Amino acid sequence: MKSKANFNILFVIPALLIVLVFMYFPILMNFFNSLYRMTSYSNARTFVGFQHYAKISSDPIFYTALKNNALYAIFSVVFQVGFGMLLAILLEGKFVGRKIGTFFRNVLFIPSIISIPAVALLWYFIYHPRIGLLNGILASIGLDSLKTAWLANPNTAIYSVIMMSQWQYTGYIMVLLVVAIQKIPRELYESAEIDGANEFRKAIHITIPSIRSMISVCTIITVIGSFKLFSEIYIMTGGGPYNTTQVLGTYMYRSAFLFDEMGYGSAVAVIIFVITFGLSLVQLKSFKST
Amino acid sequence: MRRKPSYVFNKIWINGIFVMLMILIIYPLTWMIMNSLKANTELFSSSFSFPKKLLFSNYADAWRLGFASFFFNSILVTVVSVAATVVLAAFCAYALARLKIRFRNAILYLIMGGLLLSPQSALISLYRLLDALNIYNTYFAMIIPYIAFRIPFGVFLMYGYFKDFPSDLEDAARIDGCNTLGILLRIVMPISKPIISATAIVSAIFTWNEFIFALVFIENENLITIPVGLSRFKDALLTNWTGMLAGIVIASFPMVIAFLFMSKTFIRGLTAGSVKG
Repeated sequence: MKSKANFNILFVIPALLIVLVFMYFPILMNFFNSLYRMTSYSNARTFVGFQHYAKISSDPIFYTALKNNALYAIFSVVFQVGFGMLLAILLEGKFVGRKIGTFFRNVLFIPSIISIPAVALLWYFIYHPRIGLLNGILASIGLDSLKTAWLANPNTAIYSVIMMSQWQYTGYIMVLLVVAIQKIPRELYESAEIDGANEFRKAIHITIPSIRSMISVCTIITVIGSFKLFSEIYIMTGGGPYNTTQVLGTYMYRSAFLFDEMGYGSAVAVIIFVITFGLSLVQLKSFKST
Repeated sequence: MRRKPSYVFNKIWINGIFVMLMILIIYPLTWMIMNSLKANTELFSSSFSFPKKLLFSNYADAWRLGFASFFFNSILVTVVSVAATVVLAAFCAYALARLKIRFRNAILYLIMGGLLLSPQSALISLYRLLDALNIYNTYFAMIIPYIAFRIPFGVFLMYGYFKDFPSDLEDAARIDGCNTLGILLRIVMPISKPIISATAIVSAIFTWNEFIFALVFIENENLITIPVGLSRFKDALLTNWTGMLAGIVIASFPMVIAFLFMSKTFIRGLTAGSVKG
């Protein structure tokens, strides 16, 4: 039996090895690298201790980035989870037919399977000051005064990127919640109907409590997603204008690959790791309680 | 059955909301397709009108100016990564769920723990590692990290499925002289098609759309995939707007079509995973 167990481990080893070498090892190395000053083209390194962290903590751009990630998280939770939940409840309620409901659901889901770079470029056009769809619509309904260069205006840039993500992902979160609602036993509703409960009361007293754990999973993945942000910003604004749309991901990329400060970038990576890992632990907890 | 007026009223406004949201999704997409068929000058004079003449040549231009190669690279990288992920994750999940293994729990936690690690936080060190291993700027610089970052998810999906698998079939096969590998390949995997296809589809969406690794780990223009190709297009061809819109359509088309045909499998995989990006 012992030799059998030795043989069985061969099934596990390839997967385990690749995960250890290409996931765990780089993340551990980050901690180490963040204590050194180094560049990508030479192996020379100078130990600097926690200097990078000190420098980050006094860099205003870091706080802009952190604030933008948080702003992203707040908007995404309100739109994707809040509004998405409302839509999921309506979609599964008695006012939307079954077939047409599936159709609505699939259409709303489509943007989430298009790649972020493609969606970001599309919205780059939509926000274009001259030929863009948004300014065109504003002009056609007589709101010319609201027209602006959405992505070049420091007051609107970050919100413009945020709204694109809501367009892309609200349908995705809605579908997650629809699936959770479909798992609720029908009997719960039947007995409520006998008691004369209307749709609103059923939603408040049955649907929402029954999908509570899925709502918290959705909230957490949305928040984690907001701290993993990179491609949207990289493509639409590159962090500009005047660094007003920097997020942690682009801030890290900029330090490591544009300014060639690999150690400094690694320190930012450690901060991203701590935030996303911490949030993922919370997700794991709420997933287990499902 | 007679309906109360309030029922009809509710039905109208609720369905009305969904119709409006549908327009909000579909209109920008149609606007994009419409403009991808125009000449640049026509786009600048009016982006709302229907194209006077359908210029499919924009698509040919985009294809010629790089999309043929981006497309080939994306398919190659996606197929290899997904196949390897599914096989490695299936082997691993099966062994962890059904076989006697030393340190089983430790291994299980290590692999599932990978679900908590974000690609962004590994980016810089992974770049240095790939460079040290001399695979930076090759197809493997994308394929290997993609496999690594999808295995935990694949194991997570399949482990639960294999765990609930009835053991009668396995026992019967073993009596017939089938070895463990034979049981896995000939009995377990064929029966597990739904979970395997869900894993494959979710991995395919991830790989097809992945941007940050592909951006950082590849320099060679001949190796870049569609997402990075699109972003390069933006800088290189800032004047050829319609060609770029055609490029976006080409980039999005395969996944959207696949989704329309297999929406159930897509949704099963994506909801079982409950992860974004």
